[in-house]
Amino acid sequence: MRQPIYLDYSATTPVDPRVAEKMMASLTMDGNFGNPASRSHVFGWKADEAVSEARQQVAALINADPKEIVWTSGATESDNLAIKGAAHFYQRKGKHIITSKTEHKAVLDSCRQLEREGFEVTYLDPEPSGMIDLAKLEAAMREDTILVSIMHVNNEIGVIQDIAAIGEMTRARGIVFHVDAAQSAGKVAIDLDKLKVDLMSFSAHKIYGPKGIGALYVRRKPRIRIESQMHGGGHERGMRSGTLPVHQIVGMGEAFRIAREEMELENKRIRTLRDRLWSGLNGMEEVYLNGDPQHGVAGNLNVSFNFVEGESLIMAVKDIAVSSGSACTSASLEPSYVLRAIGRNDELAHSSIRFSIGRFTTAEDVDYTIQLMKEKVDKLRGMSPLWEMYQDGIDLNSVQWAAH
Amino acid sequence: MSVYLDHNATTPVDRRVIEAMLPYLHEHYGNPSGLYSRGRYARQAIDTAREQVAQLVNAHVSQVIFTGGGSEANNLAVRGAVPDLRRLAVSAIEHASVLESARAVARQGVKLGFIEVDVKGRVTEAAMDMALSSQPQLVSVMMANNEAGVVQNIEKLAAQSRAYGAIFHTDAVQAAGKMALDFESLGVQLMTLSAHKLYGPKGVGALICDSRIELMPQMVGGGQERGYRSGTENVAAIVGFGKAAEIARDELVVRQVHLSSLRQSLERQLTLMGGVVIFAQQAMRLPNTVFLAIPGIDGETLLMELDRVGIEVSSGSACDSQKIGPSHVLLAMGVEESIARCAIRVSFGRDNSESDVTSLVAALKQQVEALQSASLLAWV
Repeated sequence: MRQPIYLDYSATTPVDPRVAEKMMASLTMDGNFGNPASRSHVFGWKADEAVSEARQQVAALINADPKEIVWTSGATESDNLAIKGAAHFYQRKGKHIITSKTEHKAVLDSCRQLEREGFEVTYLDPEPSGMIDLAKLEAAMREDTILVSIMHVNNEIGVIQDIAAIGEMTRARGIVFHVDAAQSAGKVAIDLDKLKVDLMSFSAHKIYGPKGIGALYVRRKPRIRIESQMHGGGHERGMRSGTLPVHQIVGMGEAFRIAREEMELENKRIRTLRDRLWSGLNGMEEVYLNGDPQHGVAGNLNVSFNFVEGESLIMAVKDIAVSSGSACTSASLEPSYVLRAIGRNDELAHSSIRFSIGRFTTAEDVDYTIQLMKEKVDKLRGMSPLWEMYQDGIDLNSVQWAAH
Repeated sequence: MSVYLDHNATTPVDRRVIEAMLPYLHEHYGNPSGLYSRGRYARQAIDTAREQVAQLVNAHVSQVIFTGGGSEANNLAVRGAVPDLRRLAVSAIEHASVLESARAVARQGVKLGFIEVDVKGRVTEAAMDMALSSQPQLVSVMMANNEAGVVQNIEKLAAQSRAYGAIFHTDAVQAAGKMALDFESLGVQLMTLSAHKLYGPKGVGALICDSRIELMPQMVGGGQERGYRSGTENVAAIVGFGKAAEIARDELVVRQVHLSSLRQSLERQLTLMGGVVIFAQQAMRLPNTVFLAIPGIDGETLLMELDRVGIEVSSGSACDSQKIGPSHVLLAMGVEESIARCAIRVSFGRDNSESDVTSLVAALKQQVEALQSASLLAWV
């Protein structure tokens, strides 16, 4: 067994060896290293062909037209481009935006930036299951609402939103609908021919492609317009300038191709491993599942170990790589805003661990993890006065803490 | 085997760079924000690359902000350097990413001035003074031009600009790796770099930013790069950029000597041959760039002819090559449109040799002779 065991596939994934191989062939002199914008020579043409093929591969996974794919440097850029780009373009129609409190920071911070520019943003509270209540969403829609941004799969608790239903609501009202699909592509089937989604963000490194590349789907029928956030040579039909990183794009295309072919089988395998992990951990006392795995993405398991502090637990289980929430915020010691938003108290939010299982996880990895978690949680609880009080039957909520 | 003479558009990645990058795809693939060992390993690799890039331009590591490329860094500088931007001046020969982001902010009400260049493609002291008299808060002049290769006296221009209290940005994408750069002694506040012009990977660049600048991020969410540029770090590419920067620094003098000998050889032979115009020949230029024209042969036609014999050049900036039209750089230098339309750019790289020059000269000679006999026929 390879250690440390990697169980943080929602943060990032290793590049699939098949992907890496294709990438390498796009770097060197004897390979396909050209600038795809160079129209005057074969190096440029070959690079442009490779980019076109990858565009088709990405479009195929989500049943879109390749012309609807705009390359970006990653999902963060896609989210920024979609939200600020659509808000700026449609601001004459209205200045109201609806999103949810459990979105990725790239969406939330883009919205905050727009608020400073005079836009108004409604942040919906999800239900305890993590799902958005569609009635509440509908109630929040106004005459001047121009954009709704709801993520497909939440990065921390893995819950899958009903974007088909939301799309019907937004389309009927002429509101632009953006979906952050960084965590869902390659894990959940996406059919943009049927879904009434107007803008959708994708990332490569969450599905065994390289970091530093992503895409934004921009619907052509009905045509959605966005204002470019990065100007220059007019690449990507003017929506996103900058030399196209061919090796990264080729890598993303290959990763999406593999996902399309292997997703179904892989999901089955991963779901079995996830269930095995939960049934192992579920035997412990005071363990809480965050989110609803039955309505969630296959590889995600978010668990709170009451009376144990999440960060100390992560440090104690060094042999496994897990996180206490989204990687982007794990440098801060704030409890997860996602868990807070679904109604978890500070203690439980602080004691949460996200396990995310992926392509290279084995049953041995899972069994080892269960055993290690049991051992370390017991040990940490053994040092905790709160655990002792709980064991003695004291209701901690009734304790009057004295100030020092 | 074809001859690649378009290194200002992009360069192949150095083998040593690829070797440095590979482990960060397979083994050390962690998200640098992760607290576990794989995450920390990736974080350390980024720190090392930051040092390597800082050293290439004699900046401090804390001044390096990694971006998704040169275009993004230029956009970030133009849009982010001044909190309440009202007046901006950029040179007329900038790269499209500076020109277009400047025009974008101008559409939002910022007053935009263009700094003229002289016939040699240089921003003169007088032109700079004129631009500064309208009190821009931010000035952007590129270190070396991507098409003509003209190198500006940035140290002097930055000093002038400082006297007016303006912030100075220089796009050094083409200069880095081809000439020595010293962020500190140049006296600029912002400098743009790109990896794929110096044998590093595409999709990564940097903005070097003086700590006194209150840079406003353009891409938010996650707070990476100390909040100046959010998004999961492109670890492998950043590592590749660092390695490419290190190699560029180590091999700078060797490369310069090699490139300028190729350039001199080409220009000497072209001068002897006649019928060829070399733009900005009297100006200080990058050692690898020759911007030339055969008056009478359209640039697009000429480069297709060269392509037929396996020689890869471009008619100017790769970024603008979808657009048909004469080079804005040549027009700014006062070159007649009819001649500007004939321009092609030759940009040498590390792996070119004297025999590549010979092939190019032979091909150009054939074109000139064909043209001359055609005009003779027309005469008869």
